[in-house]
Amino acid sequence: MTASALSFDGAGADLGHKTIWRDLNAEIGRGEFVAVLGPNGVGKSTLIKVVVGLLPVAAGTVTVLGGPPGRHNREIGYLPQRRSFDATMRIRGIDVVRLGLDGDRWGIPLGPFGNRDRRRRANARIDDVIELVGAAAFATKPIGQMSGGEQQRLLIAQALVREPELLLLDEPLDSLDLPNQAAIAELVASISRERGVTVLLVAHDVNPILPYLDRVIYLGHGAGLIGSPEEVITSESLSDLYDTPIEVLRASDGRLVVVGQPEAPSHHHDRHEH
Amino acid sequence: MHVIASSAQLSWNVVDDVRQMFSFRFMVNAYRAGTIAAVVAAVFGWFMVLRRQTFAGHTLAVVGFPGAAAAVLAGVSVQYGLLVFCVVTALAIAAIPSASGIGYGEETALIGTLQAFALALGYLFHSLHGGSLDGVTSLLFGTLFGVTSTQVVILLVVGATAMVALTVGARPLLFASIDADVAAARGVPTRGLAIGFLVLLGVAAAAVSQITGSLLVFALLVLPPATAQRLSPRPSVSLPASVAIGVVVTWLGLAAAFFSPYPSGFWITTIAFAAYVVAVLASRSR
Repeated sequence: MTASALSFDGAGADLGHKTIWRDLNAEIGRGEFVAVLGPNGVGKSTLIKVVVGLLPVAAGTVTVLGGPPGRHNREIGYLPQRRSFDATMRIRGIDVVRLGLDGDRWGIPLGPFGNRDRRRRANARIDDVIELVGAAAFATKPIGQMSGGEQQRLLIAQALVREPELLLLDEPLDSLDLPNQAAIAELVASISRERGVTVLLVAHDVNPILPYLDRVIYLGHGAGLIGSPEEVITSESLSDLYDTPIEVLRASDGRLVVVGQPEAPSHHHDRHEH
Repeated sequence: MHVIASSAQLSWNVVDDVRQMFSFRFMVNAYRAGTIAAVVAAVFGWFMVLRRQTFAGHTLAVVGFPGAAAAVLAGVSVQYGLLVFCVVTALAIAAIPSASGIGYGEETALIGTLQAFALALGYLFHSLHGGSLDGVTSLLFGTLFGVTSTQVVILLVVGATAMVALTVGARPLLFASIDADVAAARGVPTRGLAIGFLVLLGVAAAAVSQITGSLLVFALLVLPPATAQRLSPRPSVSLPASVAIGVVVTWLGLAAAFFSPYPSGFWITTIAFAAYVVAVLASRSR
């Protein structure tokens, strides 16, 4: 096993014939908590999809857990960007978590006729991970009837249930209220710290996760920067990245405000890509 | 045979009534065919409802009509017409581009276009053959009381094959239905499963529609699963419940039709609908 969990070497990504970003160089070590930041449409979700092998690498190389993207997906927990489950989705939260464990196996669960040991281990694993994300109280409700924060906790449980080495979270804080944003951010940070899981988390707003981050990747204008938040989220480096004056302000409570950040040209791309 | 059926007297002695029904060969076959159709429809419908593909399912059921009409026109067995039309339509729906294989938005408009065209073709084929309105009625509403023993065997073979194939893919299909992106990242062939499911749904609809008619397949395909999913969010409960509801509704509907002047399709659909309403009210009050 190599020392780094994830490395980008002159990497680039396209959507169709459109270049999304190029020349991304980054090494992410095992156990690091890294955020991918940038305005809408710069290709943050694209970055995650390249890492998980759902989109091809268009230039350079990307190495994930010592192999090409897609090779070690068993060791990756992936939480895609989503709206949410609609209210008529009549499946329990715990069933959604279970699919993260064995949903890719053919056939049907044998229930009482199956291997008893394996079933007990699986059940213990699922209970454990639901406990970890603090979802025990509502895991047996239909997932469509849960709040956004409850659904997000169970989806993180689903991503964690195979004890992955790398966790890819695409906008996990989207559509959550502020207390839930803080709670989920703290949960992800504690998982990363206590279990040594590498986390790559896409976010619009750095503030809820800022206290926990090791480093950030800032995407913009077809290129990217990596470094500690203090290095990257500064007026100088962002002005350089966007080639236009940008000001980073620090509020009295430590929150960062990026002023004058241009929207990417392909504003709608990030949301509608498939 | 409706003359025989409507002359039957309900004695309210269950044993006598059942004995009276099963003394008729056509009733025995109706129960056999109805039970197989109900089981197959309930299982496929369960996935269809979960995948939000009821409109695609409706279309697959409805194209049985032009399929059967084309077969009559060409002078071949109705079964071939049903099967070819349902499978071709399933492939056409599967070819409609989408990210996840789950139908909404512009997809539904395209499926609607297919459905309207299929119905128009059915009408054309039927008038080319110079068929009567009676023929249309039996294609649309079925001939449950006119099922032959050979048809029962064919239905059993086709239904069992489709069920075995579905069982093999059941868990990845469930994963892909709920969480297509995550399933794809885990190596589940979501596109292949979406196509495979639609084709099997087409085969099941073809098999069932020969017995129940094109319009009533849909009643068995959507009402029992929708009722069962209302009753429980646990797959291990709602899937068997869907089968149980489908079978019981079919049995009651056939018996009601035997002892009344009204057709079986009306009874089956009405009882299934009543069960759905009860389930909705029950889950509301909880």
